Amino acid sequence: MTEEIKNSNWKLRKGQIIAAKQMTATEKWFDIKLEDGDLDHEPGQFVQVELYGIGEAPISVCSSPTKRGSFELTVRSAGRLTRHMHSMGKGDWLGIRGPFGKPFPVKLMTGNDLLFVAGGLGIAPLRSLINYVMDNRREFGKVDILLGCKTPTDMLFGDEIAAWQKRLDVNFSCTVDRTAPDWKGNVGLITSLIPGVHINPEKTFGVVVGPPIMYKFVIAELLKKNLPERQIILSLERHMKCGMGKCGHCQIDHPKNYYCCKDGPTFTYEEVKEAKKL
Amino acid sequence: MNYHILEKENLDGFIKKLAKKMKVCAPVAKGHNNFAFEEVTSAAEIALNYIPTILPPKKYFMPQREKMLDFDISEGKPKDTATLEAPETAIFGVHTCDLAGIQCLNMVFSERPRDYNYLLRKEKMFIIGLECMAYCDGSASCALVGNHFPNGGYDLFFTDLGEKFIIHVNTQKGEEFVESIGLPKATAADMAALDKAREAKKAAFQNEIGVDAKKLPEIFAKAMESKVWHDVGARCVSCGNCTNVCPTCYCFDMADNVNLDMKTGTRNRTWDSCQFETFAAVAGGENFREERAHRQRHRLYRKFKYPLDKFYRSFCTGCGRCTRTCMAKINLKDTLKALAAEHK
Repeated sequence: MTEEIKNSNWKLRKGQIIAAKQMTATEKWFDIKLEDGDLDHEPGQFVQVELYGIGEAPISVCSSPTKRGSFELTVRSAGRLTRHMHSMGKGDWLGIRGPFGKPFPVKLMTGNDLLFVAGGLGIAPLRSLINYVMDNRREFGKVDILLGCKTPTDMLFGDEIAAWQKRLDVNFSCTVDRTAPDWKGNVGLITSLIPGVHINPEKTFGVVVGPPIMYKFVIAELLKKNLPERQIILSLERHMKCGMGKCGHCQIDHPKNYYCCKDGPTFTYEEVKEAKKL
Repeated sequence: MNYHILEKENLDGFIKKLAKKMKVCAPVAKGHNNFAFEEVTSAAEIALNYIPTILPPKKYFMPQREKMLDFDISEGKPKDTATLEAPETAIFGVHTCDLAGIQCLNMVFSERPRDYNYLLRKEKMFIIGLECMAYCDGSASCALVGNHFPNGGYDLFFTDLGEKFIIHVNTQKGEEFVESIGLPKATAADMAALDKAREAKKAAFQNEIGVDAKKLPEIFAKAMESKVWHDVGARCVSCGNCTNVCPTCYCFDMADNVNLDMKTGTRNRTWDSCQFETFAAVAGGENFREERAHRQRHRLYRKFKYPLDKFYRSFCTGCGRCTRTCMAKINLKDTLKALAAEHK
């Protein structure tokens, strides 16, 4: 009477950690190779990571699909699963479902100027898009990257950021909420960087990823710059438990009944401005 | 249209013949006016006159706890398989409200990406409806949403005509069973009796809240900031009973279970409730539906607004279970009336 469900959407792809690095006190980076080939994701999508016996958690892919052979995750130790994941390293296996979710609208962005605004861990999902843009740099216009974090030691991807700062085809600015003795950069909230950026509202996409509290203030600044609502792209955070628009956990309180996992996580501000919380 | 007749005295034979072919589940009295769908082998065990069971038949389609994967982590690389054990099951005596509930869940789980656990279970079901000729109690609001009459979703459908049942045969599977046990066809007189019973029922069942169901989506479109949610939220204790007993609530949680050998285990799905405080919380600390008022609002929007936009149907079936089970006496009909009064 027992039958196998060959096409079950709960079956997991098997991934092996091929490199791992502690980035900050709370964030660890993993490079994962799937046994069945590339993840085949798009910038802005996420995967469900299964640690057998512990459970599953949704994690944004932080590498660009232009990187082949493996994909990368940056994981903050925040819950039971992520704490356990921090104890894992090279050679360990895990289960992967996905990729899931609506990616950043890369095709619509082609030929336009881009303004990236990342707060804290928001740089992780945004990095999948930033690196994609870097690898296809001539397809896009002016590129500005604004990064904010709590303190200089919380900064993620320091080596890459140093490389972005040196590039001539990217304008990079960074700010910290609280300074440190050897910090020479800006101090203040990320919103303080926006007035200084020159924006051509007709041909600019603003891509904003950060903690929920950040959205309200950053969006207000972008609207002041006359950036149209549909050219402001956000990636929202919810607990996507199934990734298939069914379990109900990630539903957004919005008249359109969005499931963050299926209709998002990326949205235009125009789509979600009626949401009770961003 | 294909109708057959079963004399009431032969119901026991009907159930026993059915039980020879498959597992048969039906409403059984549990005392204190509570009923539950359980496995039966004879008609004597069945409560034909029952108010909606504590749990709806969804428990057979989407069990409270269901294994989605077996895994083996004894070697470096994990292995997993998805298997399902779903016996052929007949559910006898399903009221029209619960037939509607099953139809709602069918839509949800057929949507891509499909839920094959649900769909394979569904294939094994033989559904026999039973018509209510009078209200079960004052908590029901089936006429409001048009579920007091059958709208499909069954193989066979029983209507009480006094000494006998008239059975509407809706599927080939139903036809084959009815033929195999030799039930006679309904006569013109039986059909006339059915029409007469339905006419009487039309008069007995009336819109229970005095608000046109077609107006509800409009009311909900305006009611996001209603103070009604705060009244309801102030009483709600977030126990999750209303969602557990709801025939169309399907939110779930996933959890791993490791066996004592520490080498094998299972990945399981369990019912969850949007009424629980941490339902919409994320690991980072943010809770996107922190207030009980907002969680109650969310529950009703998932019945009266969102599914109407997405599936063109109300996900409230009018069964009245949420009202009956609520410890804080939150009454669905009162809530709807209060919203309608506020948004005239």
